[in-house]
Amino acid sequence: MRDKLLQVLIIVISSILTIQLFNLQVLNKKNSDVSSKASVQKIYNFPERGYLYDRNNKLIVSNQPYYDLLIVPNDVNINDSIKIANDLGISVKDFNTKYYKARKFSPLKASIFISSLTKEEYAKIQEKMWKLSGFFIQKNSKRKYNYSTAANLFGYISEVNDYEIKNNSYYKSGEMIGRQGLEKTYESILRGEKGVNYFQKDKFNRIIGKFNDGINDTLPTLSKKLKLTLDIDLQTYGDSLMNNKYGSIVAIEPKSGEILALVNSPGYDPNLLVGRERSERYKSLNNDSIGKPLFDRGLQGQYPPGSTFKIINALIGLQENIIKQETTFKCDGGHFYARNSFMKCHTSEPTFTNLNNAVYTSCNTYFAKTYRGIIENYDSPSIGLDKWVNYVKSFGFGNYLGYDHPTGKPGFIPTSSYYNSWYNNSWKAVTTISNSIGQGEILTTPIQLANFAATIANRGWYITPHFVKEIENDSININYRKKNKSLINPEHFEPVIQGMIDVVEKGTATNSIIRNIKIAGKTGTAENFVKINGIKKQLTDHSIFIGFAPANDPKIAVCVFIENGYWGSRWAAPISSLIIEKYINGKIERNWLEKYILEGDLSAEYLKPYLTSNFNINE
Amino acid sequence: MSSIRNFDLVSCLLVLTLMLIGLVNIYSVTYFENMDFFSTGNFFGKQLFFFFICILTFFISLTPDIKFYFKYASIIYLLMIIILIAVLIFGNEVNGSKSWFSMGGFSFQPSEFMKPVTALALAKYLSNIHSDIKRRSIQFYSFLIISIPLILIIMQPDPGTALIFLSFYLVLHVVGLPSFYLNIFVASISIFIITILFGRNNILLIGSIIFVLMLIIRLYKSLPKRRLIYMGLISVIFIFSVDFIFNNIFEQRHRDRFNVVLGLDEDLKGIGYNTNQSQLAFKAGGILGEGFLKGSQTKGDFIPEQHSDYIFTTIGEEWGFVGSLLTIIIFTFLLLRIIERTSTQRNLFYKIYSYCVISIIFFHFAINISMVLGIFPSVGIPLPFISYGGSSMLAFTILFTGYIKIDANKKEKW
Repeated sequence: MRDKLLQVLIIVISSILTIQLFNLQVLNKKNSDVSSKASVQKIYNFPERGYLYDRNNKLIVSNQPYYDLLIVPNDVNINDSIKIANDLGISVKDFNTKYYKARKFSPLKASIFISSLTKEEYAKIQEKMWKLSGFFIQKNSKRKYNYSTAANLFGYISEVNDYEIKNNSYYKSGEMIGRQGLEKTYESILRGEKGVNYFQKDKFNRIIGKFNDGINDTLPTLSKKLKLTLDIDLQTYGDSLMNNKYGSIVAIEPKSGEILALVNSPGYDPNLLVGRERSERYKSLNNDSIGKPLFDRGLQGQYPPGSTFKIINALIGLQENIIKQETTFKCDGGHFYARNSFMKCHTSEPTFTNLNNAVYTSCNTYFAKTYRGIIENYDSPSIGLDKWVNYVKSFGFGNYLGYDHPTGKPGFIPTSSYYNSWYNNSWKAVTTISNSIGQGEILTTPIQLANFAATIANRGWYITPHFVKEIENDSININYRKKNKSLINPEHFEPVIQGMIDVVEKGTATNSIIRNIKIAGKTGTAENFVKINGIKKQLTDHSIFIGFAPANDPKIAVCVFIENGYWGSRWAAPISSLIIEKYINGKIERNWLEKYILEGDLSAEYLKPYLTSNFNINE
Repeated sequence: MSSIRNFDLVSCLLVLTLMLIGLVNIYSVTYFENMDFFSTGNFFGKQLFFFFICILTFFISLTPDIKFYFKYASIIYLLMIIILIAVLIFGNEVNGSKSWFSMGGFSFQPSEFMKPVTALALAKYLSNIHSDIKRRSIQFYSFLIISIPLILIIMQPDPGTALIFLSFYLVLHVVGLPSFYLNIFVASISIFIITILFGRNNILLIGSIIFVLMLIIRLYKSLPKRRLIYMGLISVIFIFSVDFIFNNIFEQRHRDRFNVVLGLDEDLKGIGYNTNQSQLAFKAGGILGEGFLKGSQTKGDFIPEQHSDYIFTTIGEEWGFVGSLLTIIIFTFLLLRIIERTSTQRNLFYKIYSYCVISIIFFHFAINISMVLGIFPSVGIPLPFISYGGSSMLAFTILFTGYIKIDANKKEKW
């Protein structure tokens, strides 16, 4: 008898079965995770997206409900199509196309039949829902903007894409994510955390009750409100001033680094990028190649700063002891800095100018000489220039400022290595003389210039500009409370500020004087070029103004940048003064100036580069 | 009375435990609110009813003298063969096979009862003093006794139950059938599986290389090589026929089942659905299980036939690794215990019958659980004493009672 064979077989088979069981039940790591169970369905509970308020607690961005009509094609009695189409208030033909489109997607799964129903449509359909089998209504929520401004600042929300789903385990297909702007920076705060409810499914995918009596369920974490630094009234007033002008206004509270207004022109209504037509409209905004409304000029526009940069050279000159308050240079109506090279000045007759005089008349010669002095103060121009670059960068130029908005540009401050490679190591102070008057290679963004104005207003320090003042039950980034010190000693600011006060009182921007507010400012006029079909053409200069007020106790610092607006005092300075007057006094007394700005139209200027014929500039 | 003293109470308790495990899990699978325990209108009530029938049958079967079974074995066998033929003609078709007689609310599956009856007939035939299994004619008649019901059951068709009849060949082997048959069987199965797995041409190539190598070794050892060449030739023919049978004679559903188990095909929604869902249930159960009435796969009714053939998934999901391991241990212990007690049996008829009992239970146990765990193709075979099904439980009870009766009458010494 071979009864041992039976014993061996039984033990071997039992062991194999045990090993397989061990493999499935003990080694399998996923077994404790509720959500990996095929028979359990997760249903998410989304908190409402956080609201945005302005600095005076005015509600700027909220949410509004909307309704989607969904269809499960298999449950629809298609023989009644005429009746159903009638109930839904659409044509039979329309009904059929939509029905077969949904059917093609899936006959069993729900898909959107009509999205974003209006309230009236919703009310009408809701009444007839009981007889429309296969249809149901899903409530959703979308952003609602109470003010038609600052669209680029807020950004928008849209469905997550495959890349985001892959890289962030939080998001599941079909969920919304903040894109661009503050919606992106503060995504996790505005979003909150969704909660999960687990349900037991049966094999037909029907929910037959709560899974495990709801022990595994989680409650959603509510989103938080954001209080922005913006003054929404100032912001919208800025919008109106920028009508028919391209450019930007950046206003900062110097003491806190809080951004009071960031106007981008041309702008668009943020409500455009909400709901059904979002992607269509985004496309058309993106296609506007002249106005470029999606291009945030205040944060992304890199322009030469023009004469506003003379201020920084004055400060560095004082710090480096190249000039003193009383230092006087002779101006011959311009400055010969090399053979056959002449930098014209605004004055035609030879004059003697001191620092104060030079600032308010914006004398090219004075600052060219100062700059040359700074660079040549050292053994080689390389060392001198890099010293100068250090000073410039300590004001936040040449790099991303670090504000809480995802878009931006660093601008450009040329260093010695840049010139070394460009000029093959043979260059002198005069080679780079354009730096003295903010032309040449230097590029800055309007927010950098506004921050520069704030730094002067603070006599030497700035707090990184930012858009969020308070987060509900939370604190803002600690970096937005820290003072960043410039490399210029505080005492050097006073003479320069005096010059800036005189700019408005007797200098280049006398049209912008306000009776009871002392403004310190500086105009700028930046030459600029464009390449059309490979030919470099000069366009009308940019009109720039930076300033702050009141000069002795600054409450607001501004930078106004008007593309192709010609003189700084023509557009930028008056607009700045109106912004200052509006913010400090709350009302405008100089109605004539306001009227002039509101009616000012530069549209023709922006079409010039696209004209086939020749055009004149700086008219 | 010696029969009382020798009564195998441990095995009885083990079987009772398995039946109770079955009842608890059938309750869980088929549970709905306000279920009536004692109504035969629901699965659990029906099974509970049969449980009591089984207990009753157990005691009734114990009463007649053991000689009764020996005497009438052939007649009972012939009677059952007639019933099997009758079911082919008059039976009800359930799930595509004619294996049932329906009477009132109950159905009766003759093939289940054919198992103990065949065991009885085989034991009687082989225990004859003239039946030497080494003789060709005796081998032939033994095969006949097994194959007639097997063929009738295949005709139903019920391949699962037919598969169980192969367990009698194992008994023949234990009793002393030359190992040649087992070798052929194992070789055929192996070639069958690897041919499907790796494809005909690859196997032919690898086979030829091995064949040539062995031929060379044989040449040097100057051993008879005629047998080797015959074997090689037969293998080649077999490989071709497997290919032919698999692709031309098998139906698509048979091919699919093999493909899924052999990992050639992963179709989780279609044919691989059962296997996938039952594996998910085991994974969900983990070590300690989700608890009685809490299995999410079980509650969601994801696994077809979960109360009958797939009952082990419920044990795995609700009682975890601990529960399923315990079940396996009970079976293993029961089988080993019966072998142990049978080895001291001196009566050949009793001994062969007991081996049949072991083989049948073992085949059911091994095939059912490996099918549920996804290492064997899906065939409809119940788990003894545990799966839902009156006929099955009753047939197993009768089979088992036979062993208890025999065992209790065992004479240690003549």
